[in-house]
Amino acid sequence: MSEGDGVSFPSVGIVLVSHSPELASGLRDLLAQLSAGLVPVAVAGGTDDGRLGTSYGRIAGAVAEADRGAGVLVLADLGSSVLTARMVLEDLERGDVVLVDAPFVEGAVAAAVLASTGAGLAEAVATARDARGVPKF
Amino acid sequence: MGRAGEHPRAAVGGLTVTVLLDADGVRGWMAGMAKAVDRERDRLTELDAAIGDGDHGISLQRGFTAVEAALSAASAGTPGAVLMLAGRTLVSSVGGASGPLYGSALRAMGKALADSGGADAEQVVAGLAAARDAIAALGGARGGDKTMLDAWIPAVDGFDSAVAAGEALQAAALAAAAAAEGGAEATVPLEARKGRASYLGPRSVGHLDPGAASTVLLFRALADAVQVTGG
Repeated sequence: MSEGDGVSFPSVGIVLVSHSPELASGLRDLLAQLSAGLVPVAVAGGTDDGRLGTSYGRIAGAVAEADRGAGVLVLADLGSSVLTARMVLEDLERGDVVLVDAPFVEGAVAAAVLASTGAGLAEAVATARDARGVPKF
Repeated sequence: MGRAGEHPRAAVGGLTVTVLLDADGVRGWMAGMAKAVDRERDRLTELDAAIGDGDHGISLQRGFTAVEAALSAASAGTPGAVLMLAGRTLVSSVGGASGPLYGSALRAMGKALADSGGADAEQVVAGLAAARDAIAALGGARGGDKTMLDAWIPAVDGFDSAVAAGEALQAAALAAAAAAEGGAEATVPLEARKGRASYLGPRSVGHLDPGAASTVLLFRALADAVQVTGG
């Protein structure tokens, strides 16, 4: 079950793809708090048999889980997460499911906060991408 | 070995045959790769431990073992269909970067071969070029980045040149395997610009790229699969 069910607007969904289930679910917890639980966030962490790595099936499942009809923004940590997510999205052939080249934590936070205001997919994608250039101090 | 289909052509004197890569040939190729990965697992893992995350041998062994199981359970009747199934299986079973990279390569080659019941040398070259391009598109790497592309690029070029020079499938596949090996060796002095090894910067110099090493195995297995023995 993802966060964000029963909100008044169809929110952009966010999918977090990580080698580590704990890394992905930890970030999901953070997003839930920062976005007041208004944004559906689904995770695809680790392989089907519980190793560190990436699962095509888990990513495809997470996209379906986070999809509320307003588009899905996908963030991946690195390496095989990125490559496998690209393959899943290529196979989906949907313009409203977008893999964003952004820092995993900062991009997800930026997208979730903006999406919680009802912003659309294009805005959420842009803000996630811009997160790369935002200094921390 | 020797599982590629034989199709008589201009059989004057009964000796001339044109070898095609058919579904059994692709099955033989994949079986040969699975054996090679079993045999070379520890070497691939050692190469990967030096500059990667040390999982390349075990990842490919897991992947091609799964491919063997999937192919033996399927009755795919064209080389393209066998390659598509092999590619899909790699993508869904490996879990590391080699899965989507090799998986997208085999899928792209399968798509390129389409409904052909047996691919001739020109079609195999076109399929391999599509595979190489899929790897480049997915990973965003280029030649010289110290990746598997540094073996794929010369291998496909070598295949292409041999075919253009009139060589048959068997000789062209041997030329490609030799070129892959040369390309892999040439990754040793390179500095990695992709993958985990890229974080090492200059420290990645002096090591053979494991993806290029496994690419050599794939091209050797192809060359073995198209050699007709006792024909």
